[in-house]
Amino acid sequence: MSIDPVILFFLLGLIAGLARSDLRLPPAIYELLSILLLLAIGLKGGMELSQQQMSSVLPQMVAVLAMGFILPLFVYPVLLYIGRLGRPDAASIAGHYGSVSVGTYAVAVAFLASAGIAFEPHLALFLVLLEVPAIVVGILLARGIHSGTRWGKLLHEIFFGKSIVLLVGGLLIGWAIGPEGIKPLEPLFIDSFKGVLALFLLEMGLIAASQAREILQRGIFLVAFGVIAPIPLAICGALLGWSLDLSVGGTALLATLAGSCSYIAAPAAMRIAVPEANPALSLTASLGVTFPFNIFVGIPIYLEIAKRLHGA
Amino acid sequence: MIDRNFKLLTVVTEAALENELTEALDRLGASGYTIVNARGRGSRGVRDAGWSTSSNIRVEVICDALMAEKIADYLQEHYYRDYAMVLFISDVGIMRPEKF
Repeated sequence: MSIDPVILFFLLGLIAGLARSDLRLPPAIYELLSILLLLAIGLKGGMELSQQQMSSVLPQMVAVLAMGFILPLFVYPVLLYIGRLGRPDAASIAGHYGSVSVGTYAVAVAFLASAGIAFEPHLALFLVLLEVPAIVVGILLARGIHSGTRWGKLLHEIFFGKSIVLLVGGLLIGWAIGPEGIKPLEPLFIDSFKGVLALFLLEMGLIAASQAREILQRGIFLVAFGVIAPIPLAICGALLGWSLDLSVGGTALLATLAGSCSYIAAPAAMRIAVPEANPALSLTASLGVTFPFNIFVGIPIYLEIAKRLHGA
Repeated sequence: MIDRNFKLLTVVTEAALENELTEALDRLGASGYTIVNARGRGSRGVRDAGWSTSSNIRVEVICDALMAEKIADYLQEHYYRDYAMVLFISDVGIMRPEKF
């Protein structure tokens, strides 16, 4: 299987980081790249959604939302009893793994495009739906329902975090303007998607490399967890996609979403809501282990699982 | 005329706390504050600002000794256990005491 060119940029960042190069993307540039990716995913999804009936998508949305609440509940006991982590750490990591990674999703989209495999436009909608529930469940697992957590403020921060605002905003704009209206925006958001993704992954490689020392310190369980956990989670996603009658591409993407884990929204929310959880543990697992695993190995496996399920 | 009865309270902590911290400062009655992005190394390892969760801020508040103690006590009680936080208080001279 040929390697997608964007992955090579991640590799470059990883090697440069490990070699302690002074290469560094300015934080503002990284911020801009992630904004472009989120808007591009939203716009494209919204534009395609404007072409189809929303009523057929609604039941699927409910099922996907339910999966978002359930996935962290699978992860939590594993961390608690096998990993022997404390309750706050287990809950925080469960929240990370139940939630999703836009970067991983973008790589999967690029991967499917290279393979010439189509997918349903509402997968971008699923991306939005899956981001929040697991974080809420993770906080509940750590704190219980009756606690000092200021839910109003916290939910406001989660729902109006930049990723949700940009994805939903992009979806709405794309949906409102349709395929004709999006034409003037295409050069920036659609045509340059892969270039933006390549730069984004370069920085992700640098950041993942900066986790290397943590990984060595944290020992084998976290690494094993980061590599093994995405597979059963992705299988859950694939089975749901298959039972919802998604296409092979859609099933593979839903599997990717289920197998991916958050490294932007979840860490920010957990740091405030579950301060006693060690942020280094969850970030090392999600960013240092699972993200690279997913983009190198996971996504091709998830596509294969989707193909098998569909008997293709 | 320089008034030397004021304190400069400096807090170096995680950027994740910025919103909570500024709310607390307002609530406690600080007349103002200045926040800058920061990076460095301490007991919780290198904080290199390379990633949102590994970036620091430095918050500076000019106030009287009473207020400085009030803020310091509040921060110690609420954040010292779980967050990377360093706090120190120094004497400063200012020109317009009515501002603070």
